[in-house]
Amino acid sequence: MLVLDHVTMEYPTGTKALDDVSIHIKKGDFVFIVGSSGSGKTTLIKLLLKEITPTSGEITVDDKIYSKIKRKEIPMLRRKIGVVFQNFRLLKDRTVFENVAFAQQVIEKPMSEIRRQVPGTLTLVGLAQKYKQFPKELSGGEQQRVALARAIVNQPDIILADEPTGNLDPKNSLEIMTLLEEINKKGTTVVVVTHNKEIVNLMKKRVIVLKKGKIVSDEEEGGYKDED
Amino acid sequence: MKISTLGYCIKQGIKNIQRNLLFSLASIGTMVACLFLFGIFYAILINMDYEMKDIQKTLTVSVFFEEGSSDDQIANIGNEIKKLENIDTIHYVSADVAWKGYVEDVYKGDQEYVDSVFGEDNPLENSSSYTITLKDVSRQDVTVKQLEEISGVRKVNSSDVTAKSLNAVINLLSYISIGVSSILLLVSLFLISNTITIGISVRKEEIAIMKLIGAKDIFVRASFLFEGIFIGLLGSVIPLIIMYFVYTAMTGYLAEHFVLIDNMIEFVPVGKVFIGLAPISIVMGVGVGFFGSLFTTKRHVKV
Repeated sequence: MLVLDHVTMEYPTGTKALDDVSIHIKKGDFVFIVGSSGSGKTTLIKLLLKEITPTSGEITVDDKIYSKIKRKEIPMLRRKIGVVFQNFRLLKDRTVFENVAFAQQVIEKPMSEIRRQVPGTLTLVGLAQKYKQFPKELSGGEQQRVALARAIVNQPDIILADEPTGNLDPKNSLEIMTLLEEINKKGTTVVVVTHNKEIVNLMKKRVIVLKKGKIVSDEEEGGYKDED
Repeated sequence: MKISTLGYCIKQGIKNIQRNLLFSLASIGTMVACLFLFGIFYAILINMDYEMKDIQKTLTVSVFFEEGSSDDQIANIGNEIKKLENIDTIHYVSADVAWKGYVEDVYKGDQEYVDSVFGEDNPLENSSSYTITLKDVSRQDVTVKQLEEISGVRKVNSSDVTAKSLNAVINLLSYISIGVSSILLLVSLFLISNTITIGISVRKEEIAIMKLIGAKDIFVRASFLFEGIFIGLLGSVIPLIIMYFVYTAMTGYLAEHFVLIDNMIEFVPVGKVFIGLAPISIVMGVGVGFFGSLFTTKRHVKV
């Protein structure tokens, strides 16, 4: 489903962000990728979104081999991956509804489908009543739920969450993780990149620990210890 | 691209103009100045061309034959002349008709005096000729040469000073028009590119999200392309509207207040000027807007 095979990423500056990393994630898995700053988490996300190309090694998502994907095929690949960011990255001049609809508009879904799917997705994340509000009128937790709704509205195969709880208090963090777990139960593969120890340890999911660009542990129902 | 998507991109294009109103106005303003100037040159040129055609109708070339040419030989020469490409009309003037015309012109029709001096004689016995009008007076030189080469032709008379000077002015104005318009179009292109670049930087975050969600290149670029097209369209329609009123008012004023000009020149009706000017201006405006935007987005928006 999602495979990194001996992936190394060295930037032109000489910094080796990832060093011979191999990860196999099966369809429907829920995986935490943890590590401190500089461990290579951000590089990993950029690689999975094909924003950058690895120096060596191969990445495969759903039988799509990244090195063989042409530039014009990148958008179709990205439609398989829904992304959630730490800072939500919502469009400030658009309402909750418009922010979620935006994800469908950019992949050219017909308006009839957008009108049908967006309310359902907003209900799923508990924001059906706030569809007319603008991001600045929402709490951090609500904004992240809008971002999550935007990521799942196109029903991607994979949800890639980059520090989704980074700007949230423990209560909102837990709510977001619960939502991600619910989405995962419906069959979507969820990859959460985080350094939120409490959440990782509470969820009891597979945990891959990165340190200085290398995998130092990969455990089912793992945890995130201080030394990681 | 689907129609609903097209609608979305058009809306975004309009919003882009509103977001960067000042820069958009600067681009539109420059294009208005450029195409208005172009419109003025165009109107002058089309009027001069119209006058030229009018003059052409009055400018004639006379072809005289060798002395003692028979009717058959004259008819053959006529056929040879008709074969030439630049001949518009050809009219045979016999010696009698030529003499009558001369009497009319020189002696103001005083037949008594003419009879007393010339009697039955026709001093223009050998002056039967063909009077020719040309399709294009600017090519008169070439045609005259061709006429002179026809066997049996003694002399070809032409008056080409007016045609030549008018042609020279038209050519000069055309060059100035092309030069000035090209420079201003380049400035417009630069300003549109600048406006689009600013639009891209303002929407940097939105574009980044679009790309990560899986928007195709064309979708990301489309709203900017429409922005450029709208700027070009506004920049070409506004000067056309101004030009319409200015031209109507100006020609009306000149005809009313300057009798001499009114007698000399017949202005081309505004509708006729716009049949050519409107499509050319719109194509130039929209073209500059579209290509200015296309090159800019190609440089700045990459998936």
